[in-house]
Amino acid sequence: MVMGTLTQEVEVVVVGAGPGGYPAAIRAADLGKEVMLIDERAELGGVCLIEGCIPSKALIHATELVEHAREASKFGISFGEITIDIKRLSAFRRSVIDSLTGGISMLCTKRNIEVVKGRARFVGSNQLAVEGGDVASVKFKHCIIATGSRPIVLPTAKDLDLWSSTEALELREVPKRLLVVGGGYIGLELGFVYATLGSEVSVVEMLPSLLTGVDSDLVRFVHKNAKRRFKELMLSTKVTGVRAVDGAYEVALEDKNGKRSATFDRVLVAIGRRPNSENLGLETTNVKVDGRGFIQVDETQRTADPRIFAIGDVVGGYMLAHKATREGKVAAGVIAGHAEAFDNRAIPAVVFTAPEVAWAGLTEAQAAEEKLDVTIGRFPLTALGRAKAMGQTDGMVKMIADRESQLILGVGIVGPHASELVAEAALAIEMGATLVDLEATIHPHPTISESLMEAAEVALGLPVHTLPPR
Amino acid sequence: MYDFKLPDLGEGIHEGEILEWHVTVGQSVAEDDPLVEIETDKAAVTIPSPRAGVVVATNGDVGEVVKVGQVLVSIEDNGASASSGAVAVAASASSASETAPGVTASTRSTPTAPAASAPRSSASAASASSTAATSSGKSVPAKGAGSVAQPASAPRVSAAPVALTAPVASVPLADRNRPVPAAPATRRLARELGVDLYAVVGSGPGGRVTAEDVERYAQGSAAPASATSTGGDAAARGAESADEAVSAEAFPEGGSAIPFLEVEPLPDFSRWGPVETEPVRSIRRKIAKRMVTSMVLVPHVCHMEEADVTELDELRRAEKGRLSSKPGGKLSLLPFVMRAVVRCLKDFPMFNASLDPFRGELVYKKYYHVGVAADTPRGLIVPVVRDADHRTVLELSAEVERLASAARDGSLGVEELQGGSFTITNVGAIGGTGMVPTINYPEVAILGLARAQQKPVVRNGRIDVRLLLPMTLAFDHRIADGANAARFMNQLVYLLADPRRLLLES
Ligand SMILES: Cc1cc2nc3c(=O)[nH]c(=O)nc-3n(C[C@H](O)[C@H](O)[C@H](O)COP(=O)(O)OP(=O)(O)OC[C@H]3O[C@@H](n4cnc5c(N)ncnc54)[C@H](O)[C@@H]3O)c2cc1C
Repeated sequence: MVMGTLTQEVEVVVVGAGPGGYPAAIRAADLGKEVMLIDERAELGGVCLIEGCIPSKALIHATELVEHAREASKFGISFGEITIDIKRLSAFRRSVIDSLTGGISMLCTKRNIEVVKGRARFVGSNQLAVEGGDVASVKFKHCIIATGSRPIVLPTAKDLDLWSSTEALELREVPKRLLVVGGGYIGLELGFVYATLGSEVSVVEMLPSLLTGVDSDLVRFVHKNAKRRFKELMLSTKVTGVRAVDGAYEVALEDKNGKRSATFDRVLVAIGRRPNSENLGLETTNVKVDGRGFIQVDETQRTADPRIFAIGDVVGGYMLAHKATREGKVAAGVIAGHAEAFDNRAIPAVVFTAPEVAWAGLTEAQAAEEKLDVTIGRFPLTALGRAKAMGQTDGMVKMIADRESQLILGVGIVGPHASELVAEAALAIEMGATLVDLEATIHPHPTISESLMEAAEVALGLPVHTLPPR
Repeated sequence: MYDFKLPDLGEGIHEGEILEWHVTVGQSVAEDDPLVEIETDKAAVTIPSPRAGVVVATNGDVGEVVKVGQVLVSIEDNGASASSGAVAVAASASSASETAPGVTASTRSTPTAPAASAPRSSASAASASSTAATSSGKSVPAKGAGSVAQPASAPRVSAAPVALTAPVASVPLADRNRPVPAAPATRRLARELGVDLYAVVGSGPGGRVTAEDVERYAQGSAAPASATSTGGDAAARGAESADEAVSAEAFPEGGSAIPFLEVEPLPDFSRWGPVETEPVRSIRRKIAKRMVTSMVLVPHVCHMEEADVTELDELRRAEKGRLSSKPGGKLSLLPFVMRAVVRCLKDFPMFNASLDPFRGELVYKKYYHVGVAADTPRGLIVPVVRDADHRTVLELSAEVERLASAARDGSLGVEELQGGSFTITNVGAIGGTGMVPTINYPEVAILGLARAQQKPVVRNGRIDVRLLLPMTLAFDHRIADGANAARFMNQLVYLLADPRRLLLES
C-alpha cells in the first residue's frame, strides 16, 4: 500500500491499448491470466485505429475510388462531375473508428479484462501509479508496455500550428496549397489523399528518393505517379524554417542549388515517429532504453527488468501495427509459460500509395549489402492478363531467392492489391518455401496473385508469360 | 531408385531379426505390399513397401539382425521419369508428391519421407559420422499422416522416432547469421523441446527443417541439459515468475518424459521476510546445469571407505620440510591419492570410461587425466591434471598447486578444464567426516575425500590411534556395479595404507 491509496493487484497489466496492447491483453486472458488494460484515451485501439492505419485507409479507399472513377473514361464510362463532401467523408471515417473501438471494448469485457482509463507510470519494478482513473495504483506480476509512438515535430517550428498525420486525418479542411514534409509512407499516403480531395500538394524530402529503404525499382512506379498527381516533388531538399504569415506559412527550403522560400496554406509534418518511453517512470525499474528512446527487449519481448515486457512502436524496428500485434501475442504467451519468441523472418510492410507497394523479407538492397548469392525473378504486370483487363499495368513483382537452396528470402510487389498479395509472400518466407513451391502452387486465373507465381517462374528460368533468359 | 531403410519401430527398438522375406529381387511390388517380416524384442512386425516399383535389391538374409536406418530393399520406381532441375528435386523430396490422389491419409500405410534428397548445404558440411547417424534417421515415418499403419494382424507400431541422432556437440552448426528454413510451427516446437534449430539437419527442400526432423533430434538428444535450456535461460535471467518454470512438458512426448516431474513455481518468499535476489550467471549457471544433468541422467551409487594413511602421512611430514623449497613441496595427501587412483583406474578401466547413450557404446579412455575440484571465489572449477600416470607424486603436487592457483585467479585456459577422465574432490582441508559427491558427467566416477582424522582403531585386539582418511567413490551404476566399486576401493585402501606399496605397485 502506498500512502493509503487504493492499490489493486493483478497478474498481468498492459499499458496502452493499441494494436500491440489490446491483442496482448486478449491473448493473456485467453491463456488464463487475470488482465488489466490501461490506456489514457477514452477509446481502445491506439494510434492505429484512432489516428493511423484505419482512418487513413478509409480516406485512401474513398479517394482512390475518385481516381478510378476519373480513369473510367478509358473504358467508355463517365460519371459526370464528381463532388466530394468532406463532412460526410469524415463522418464515415468516424463511424468506422467507433464501430471498431466499440468492438474491441466488447472483446475485452467479455473476457473479464479490466479496462482502466488513465495515464500509467511506473513507481517500481512491480507497481504502476495511474493518474486520472478509478484505480490509483496497480501491483503486477507482469507488465507489458505498449505505449506506442507519437509524431516527431519539426524542430524549427515547434510553436506553430502545423499538422501532423493526426490532424490531417481529422479532415477539418482541404487546404488549397499543402506542403507535405517527409516523403515516407505516411506523408505520401496523405499527400495522395489531399491531392485527390483538391489540394495542390507539394512534397519535400531531405533524402534523394521517396520511400527510403524500399528498393528503387519498386519506388519508381510511385515516384512516377507522385509526379503526375503532385504539384511539386522536392527531393534532396531541406526545410530550414517555417514562418506564419497572414494565415499562411512561409517555408524556407534549401537544396544543392541554394535557398528559396515558398508559401503554403497548410504544412503537414510527417518526418517520423518517436517512442512514448518518457514520463513513464522507467527510471524506477530496470528497463533499458536505447539512445533514441526505444525500449530494449530480447526475442521474448522481455526488457532488462524480468517482470516487464515491451512491444510495438515503443521497441522500434518496423513501426507497424501487425508487428506490434505479433509481439503482443509473443509477450502474452511467454508470460503464460509458453515457449514463444518473436522469431519471424518476414515482417510484411505496405505502403498504401497509388500504386501500392509492399514487401516482405529481404530487399534487393539488403541482399547486395550482405553479399548473398541470390537469384531474382522480376515479373512486370504489363505481361499479366488480369492487370491488363483492369487497365492497371503499372507495377511488378520481384522474387529474391537463395541461389543454391532456392529458398525464398524476399518478395517486393508494386501494383494493384500489393497489400493483399504480400501476405502470401510472408507465408512463403515463414514456411521456408522454395521457388518451386510457389511455381507449383496453382494460382487462380485471372488474378494479380498469379504475378507471384510468374516471378518464381522467372527466377527458375522457366517463365511462361515472358521470354526465358538465353 | 529408392533405398528403403528399416524405419523406426518405436518403443526404443533399434534393431530386429529378419524372419522371412516376402519379396525377391526382380519382383514388382505395389505400395503397402508386405516386404519382410522382422522380429524385434517386442513383437514380429510386417514391414510394408513404401511405394510401388520393382525390387532391385534386398539386404540381409533370414536370421540376420538389421538396424533401424539400415537399407532393407532398393526399389526402382517404374514410370518415375525424372524431369530436370529443381522441379524434380523438390517433387521427389516433398511427401505431398507421394500422396496419390484419392488415397486418404488414414488408409495409407506408407512410411513417408524417404531420404531421397539430402539437404544440400547443411548436410554436405556434416562430418561423416553425424551424416550417417542422422540420415539413418531420415527413413523414419513422418508423424501423423505417415505413421506406420501395420497390415491387419501386426501390432501397431508407434511412429515416435528413436535416437539414432548424433549428440548435440558433434553436429556441425549451420551459419547462425542466416535463419534456418523452418515453418513457424516447427520453430515453436523446437523451442518447446529445447532444440537448437541450427543443430538440426533439415530433410526438406533447400534444407528445410521439418517438425519430424526436430522431434527426431529431440529424441536423440533428450538429455535434460538441452531439453530444458529455454527454461533454464529464463530462470537465469532472474525471472521470478512461476510461469517460466520448467516442467516435464519440456521433454519430448513418449520415452523421455519423467512421470511426476514437475518443477513447481517458487512462492514469493518476501511474504515471510525480506529477501534479496541475485541472477544465476556464468560459472554458477554452468555448475547448475552440469549437476542437474548428472543427477537426472546418471544413477549414482556411493561406496565409502576409510584409508589408514598413518604411515603415508608420516612419510609426507618427514619429506615435506626437505622439499618445501621445490615446486610441489607443500605436499598434501592428495597427490599420493592421485597416484594410487591412477593404479586403480588401470586395474578397473570401467571407472575411466564414458557411456555414449547415443551410440550405445562404452568409451574406454587410454589416458589418465585426473580432474581436481578447486574451490574458487567464483565457484567450483575442475582443472585437469593431464597424464597423471606419467608424473611422480611431487610433480603431481606441483601441477595441482599450479592449476589451483590459476583457477583462483581466473587464468586457466579452456584446455586446462577439458578432457578429464576421472575427478577427485577434496574437501578435507575444510572439514567433514564424509561426503557424497556428484559425478562430473560424462565421467563414470568421482572420488570424494573428507578430512583425515586420528581415530581409535582396533588392530590385533588392541586400540591404536591411527590417521584415517574417509573416502567416497560415487559411480555410474549403468556401467559399474557395487562389487566393482568395492574392489576399486579395496585396492585404493591397500595402496594408501603403506607407502611402499605405492612405490612398488603404482
Ligand atoms: C497516419 C498513420 C498511418 C498508419 N498506417 C499504418 C498501416 O497502414 N499499417 C500499419 O501496420 N501501421 C500503420 N501505422 C502505424 C501504426 O499505427 C503503429 O505501428 C501502431 O499503432 C503501433 O501500435 P502500438 O500498440 O505499439 O501503439 P499505439 O497504437 O501507438 O498505441 C499506444 C497506446 O498507448 C497509450 N498510452 C501511451 N502512453 C500511455 C500511458 N503512460 N498510460 C496509458 N496509456 C498510454 C496511447 O494512448 C495509445 O492508445 C500508421 C501510423 C500512422 C500515424
